Amino acid sequence: MTLSMNALVQLTGVSKTYGSAAALHPTDLDFARGKTTVLIGPSGCGKSTLLRLIIRLLDPDAGTIRFGGAPITPANISELRRRIGYVIQDGGLFPHLTARKNVLLMASHLKWPAPKMETRLAELCALTRFPETALGRFPLELSGGQRQRISLMRALMLSPELLLLDEPLGALDPLVRAALQKDLKEIFSRLRQTAILVTHDLAEAAYLGEEIVLMSEGRVVQRGTLDDLRTKPASGFVSDFITAQKSIALT
Amino acid sequence: MKTMNRIGLIGPIVIGLLAHAANAEPILIGSKKFTESYVLAEIAKRAIENTGVVTEHRPGMGGTIILWQALRGEQIALYPEYTGTISEEILKTPPSISAGEMREQLAKFGVGMTGELGFNNTYALVMRRTAAEQKAIRTIGDLRNHPELKLGLTHEFLDRRDGWRPLAEKYQLPTQNIVGIDHGLGYEALRNGSIDVKDAYSTDAKIGENDLVVLEDDLQFFPRYKAVFLYRLNLPPEVVAILRRMEGTLDEKRMIQLNAEAERTKNYARAADLYFRDGSSSSATSIGEPFGHKLRRWTLRHLQLAGLSLFLSVLIGIPLGIAASRGGWVGQVILGFAGAVQTIPSLALLALLVPLPFFGISVRTAIAALFLYGLLPIVRNTATGLQDIAQPVRESAIALGLEPAARLWKIYLPIASRSILGGIKTSAVINIGTATLAALIGAGGLGEPILSGLNLNDHVTILQGAIPAAALALLVQWGFDLLDRLLIPKGLRL
Repeated sequence: MTLSMNALVQLTGVSKTYGSAAALHPTDLDFARGKTTVLIGPSGCGKSTLLRLIIRLLDPDAGTIRFGGAPITPANISELRRRIGYVIQDGGLFPHLTARKNVLLMASHLKWPAPKMETRLAELCALTRFPETALGRFPLELSGGQRQRISLMRALMLSPELLLLDEPLGALDPLVRAALQKDLKEIFSRLRQTAILVTHDLAEAAYLGEEIVLMSEGRVVQRGTLDDLRTKPASGFVSDFITAQKSIALT
Repeated sequence: MKTMNRIGLIGPIVIGLLAHAANAEPILIGSKKFTESYVLAEIAKRAIENTGVVTEHRPGMGGTIILWQALRGEQIALYPEYTGTISEEILKTPPSISAGEMREQLAKFGVGMTGELGFNNTYALVMRRTAAEQKAIRTIGDLRNHPELKLGLTHEFLDRRDGWRPLAEKYQLPTQNIVGIDHGLGYEALRNGSIDVKDAYSTDAKIGENDLVVLEDDLQFFPRYKAVFLYRLNLPPEVVAILRRMEGTLDEKRMIQLNAEAERTKNYARAADLYFRDGSSSSATSIGEPFGHKLRRWTLRHLQLAGLSLFLSVLIGIPLGIAASRGGWVGQVILGFAGAVQTIPSLALLALLVPLPFFGISVRTAIAALFLYGLLPIVRNTATGLQDIAQPVRESAIALGLEPAARLWKIYLPIASRSILGGIKTSAVINIGTATLAALIGAGGLGEPILSGLNLNDHVTILQGAIPAAALALLVQWGFDLLDRLLIPKGLRL
């Protein structure tokens, strides 16, 4: 009960099917304020679907999703989306806008005064360690890592209460990926950011997540710390998943 | 009080200006798409202008129906016509109708008819003299025994009530070897042997020039086609009097001579001059419009036609493309409609629009047809440009919390701009080309010299329209390449 009082996002009986295939079976789940929760599991386990349901890129078939206590409805979604940041693997940057304009898009749409935008932009550059000199470049002129930093800046521009990250580092090479993981961890702790991160990499989950939600075939299998999963696996699948990931890490 | 005074002062001035504008409105003269009709219209224009009344000649406005509709709808004031055509095609009465009865029936449409100008320009079938002599063909009836001969007939002749079908029936002619061909091109085909027989008018200058023989109408099938002017009954009486002064002044020999003069000099006004010089009424000298002036007029009109229609295509096409990009049955219907329009041959589309109330013989009709043609490339490119936007980009725009309208204006349309501009460019180039057909309904443009050149079988005149039209198309293409650089965001051109 105390947990749900403190929950920023709360799913009750939420389900989603594509045609006849269930992407998410009816699920109850809370995400606490100020914490980084990692959704992990094999491809097609429903972790991305869950994120897309929260930002309402998908409509749930059944159940309710609450944000800050209020149910998300088509009427309030545009306003709520501005309180949620969303970063995806590909970055989803707008190719016709410079890095700078990508980041400032929503602020200028909401008619922020120019000095306020400039201050925030400088803050974000420092936070994500993005060189201010590269702000004039178009997405196609940026490296993969730089693109993800811009995508993160864009998501953080309006200081969202919640940050959703869908495999944000999935397409990066290992060195860039490690650097960004480190930066992300720092950013999360500095901002006390409530974040939900989707990944299929257990090491990344363990490094960034205070709590891990392991999913399989549209269901939550187990929730806890990496230690909980390792020492008290809820099922054979949990230990198999952990073992498999370890052996990959070793080879 | 002050306002009252002002209105009192301005009122008469406005009325005066309006009356002046009404007076200055030129008398519009139409003509059909062949030399003789052009020449007769030019003669009428010259005769009326000699009295100081402003006239304008809309040359080569397609066939009988188009001109008759234009006259009925008061879009033109007069045009030259033939008695046979009036009875057969317009009034659909037996050819035995008297001139008085004809006038009575025409009056119901507010149309009057002058007396006969003199000559009889009936339909005739013609052959090369050598071929006719070789096969001993002298009369139309003789064709019965020669099913191997190829007939090239104008489309109007093929469809007329006094045209090919009843003729073939009356003479029991073979009907397997027939092609439809333009009148001017038909002479070319006859000369080089692609066809053996064609329909002609008995006063055609080409009959003498090309050494052709007119096959005798031994069963007297063809009605008499005496030339007259049809005019609006509300034409000022002094103008009607001028037209009537031309009655009985033109016999066959004289008309063939004028037709030959027009085709020889490639100048209808020159032929009209000849009428006045040797004739009775007046002694006007030729003041042919200088070429540079004509070219400017054609080009400006051409740009006006293509430009206005393109503007409309863009205005309507982009929203339709946006609607179509959302898929579903609405998208199917929109793309289906735009595609279907483009399969209608342009000439047929013009013909379909002409009888509609708002359109008729006008620049409006030409613009409407061009607008419809221009739609598909813009609609399709807008739709595909929007559909091709990557899913992550689309979802990012949604997830940021942009409202649907802001997504469209700030994200989707700019990203699709290259594709949309490409569609507009295609439409523009198509429109420049298709606008040449506007001349068929008297809407002018660079099609005017092309049509009259086709008619005179004069390549130089054709090129006077074709070269500027091609140049315009290239210019438009080049202009759009420049526009691409201005309008397509730099980030998309990397």
